[in-house]
Amino acid sequence: MREKLRAVAATGNLSTGFREESLRRSVDEGATFVGCDAGTTDSGPYYLGAGVPRGPREGVKRNLYLILREALRAGIPVIIGSAGHAGGRPHLDWTIEIVRELARANQWHFKLASIDSEVDPEALLEAFRRGKITPLSPAPHLGEDDIRQARRFVAMMGIEPIQSALTSGAQVVVAGRSSDVAIYAALPVLEGIPKSVAFHAGKILECGAASVARRLYPDCMSGELDQTGFTVEPPNPDLYCTPESVLAHTLYENSDPYRLVESGGVLDTSAAQYRALSARAVRVTGSRFHPSQKYTVRIEGAALVGYRSIVVAGIRDPLVLGQLQNFISGLRSEVERKIAANLRVAADAYTLNFRVYGRNGSLGDLEPLSQIGGHEVGLIIDVVASSQSLAADILPLVWHTGLHHPIPEYEGLISNFAFPFSPPGIDVGPVYRFCANHVWELDDPCEPFRMSIEVL
Amino acid sequence: MRELWQFTKLIRSKNAGPFELTFDIIFKDRESFDEVLRSGRLSSETVSQLYGVDRGQVRFSAIEELLAVKISMPRRVFSGDVMDTDIYGGQFHGPLVRLPIDVG
Repeated sequence: MREKLRAVAATGNLSTGFREESLRRSVDEGATFVGCDAGTTDSGPYYLGAGVPRGPREGVKRNLYLILREALRAGIPVIIGSAGHAGGRPHLDWTIEIVRELARANQWHFKLASIDSEVDPEALLEAFRRGKITPLSPAPHLGEDDIRQARRFVAMMGIEPIQSALTSGAQVVVAGRSSDVAIYAALPVLEGIPKSVAFHAGKILECGAASVARRLYPDCMSGELDQTGFTVEPPNPDLYCTPESVLAHTLYENSDPYRLVESGGVLDTSAAQYRALSARAVRVTGSRFHPSQKYTVRIEGAALVGYRSIVVAGIRDPLVLGQLQNFISGLRSEVERKIAANLRVAADAYTLNFRVYGRNGSLGDLEPLSQIGGHEVGLIIDVVASSQSLAADILPLVWHTGLHHPIPEYEGLISNFAFPFSPPGIDVGPVYRFCANHVWELDDPCEPFRMSIEVL
Repeated sequence: MRELWQFTKLIRSKNAGPFELTFDIIFKDRESFDEVLRSGRLSSETVSQLYGVDRGQVRFSAIEELLAVKISMPRRVFSGDVMDTDIYGGQFHGPLVRLPIDVG
């Protein structure tokens, strides 16, 4: 039990980096531990589905090197959450391998815990049949077939599996998919800091220096937690927090401004007070934590949808631009006919999407402006089919037909698309979708997570 | 007639997880915050129309201490689905920036 302790967030995402001197300073100022989030679902379902980490590996290795070096020098724990971006088994293994390489190369010795958060589909099916898996809103439909066919599921751990690793004596904890907040709340709660303080501090710290007034670059953030509140102050003297900047960060990426649902309860910041202690430090008090009756963890899953091939093309001819919608719908009918006739592929075996940048590429059919304001558009022809070879077969049929698709104003063969690349088409690879926005009710918060310890 | 951005210091959209979108609108000062809210133009109704989401699914909060408005709603197309146009949800706020505000 400690009166106060100091949590340091190395940065908002392990791959983005931080200033070496900021981390050194924050550790020298008496850090109790260093945490870092390594993942997110923001960049879409691909990483989870494909089991591919989002590097760059050398960047992640460099940042891990600095974090481990500083923490080992000070003899304090390191907690890495959502390893390898998506927190599945391949992502965890990738991160653990980097840690082992660093330990070997630098002759470091420490106890390493890894916490696997990938969920075996059989275990999930069993929980599903017992009615322990329930949808949040909105959620994709998830039935037994969906669970069986999905490529990968992870459960998002709360504080308990990380605490279990720390009490096993691990100095370095590398966790699979974790709540961002849990990375920073696990150790403080273990040391007797109230959850209301630890969870709110975790929410502010999890993005590193994102809660400063003017974030010049990604960097570290330091928080001192005690029984009644916490104080955040960036270790970098060029950065500063204000009560507004810290409060504004509480809103970031949350759907509700005052309620943050976490495994084990809800953080309620509606009565929180934010007070400037200096020109750079902000004291936060008055948050509350409402324990939930049932302990649930969020489930994330990715299912394979198909394989994508795309082509990028510019359209500059004013007469084509003047009738672009008709041009595209006429082209679509023509290529659908050709695909059925030449490739013998049914219409439901692929999707064909014309993405028109300069018209509604960013918003799709939500775009309220219907006029094309500029002198050109960028077109992406996007084909998703049941195999890569099928997508790659359909694509040239579409772009070659479109290249010479006639308009009434011209006689003779025309070429409508400006392709910047040869070959014009690109095979993008597998396409996944998030197939679950569900929670799993657990009897034991550690149940789906498997910890292993090794001594390096 | 002025536009929303002329009252604000930040208008942003972002995923709140892959299934929801959230908009943060932070105003320049108390007067701007009051004027826009009083105009009634920035509302659940407006957002529901602009984004094709049922009004009951739009959550609208005015946060006085930050002079901010937060609006959250489900995504019609989930992040990364085949027809998605914006994986991070970072550009969905576009149509709100030039929203006409009549302060009367």
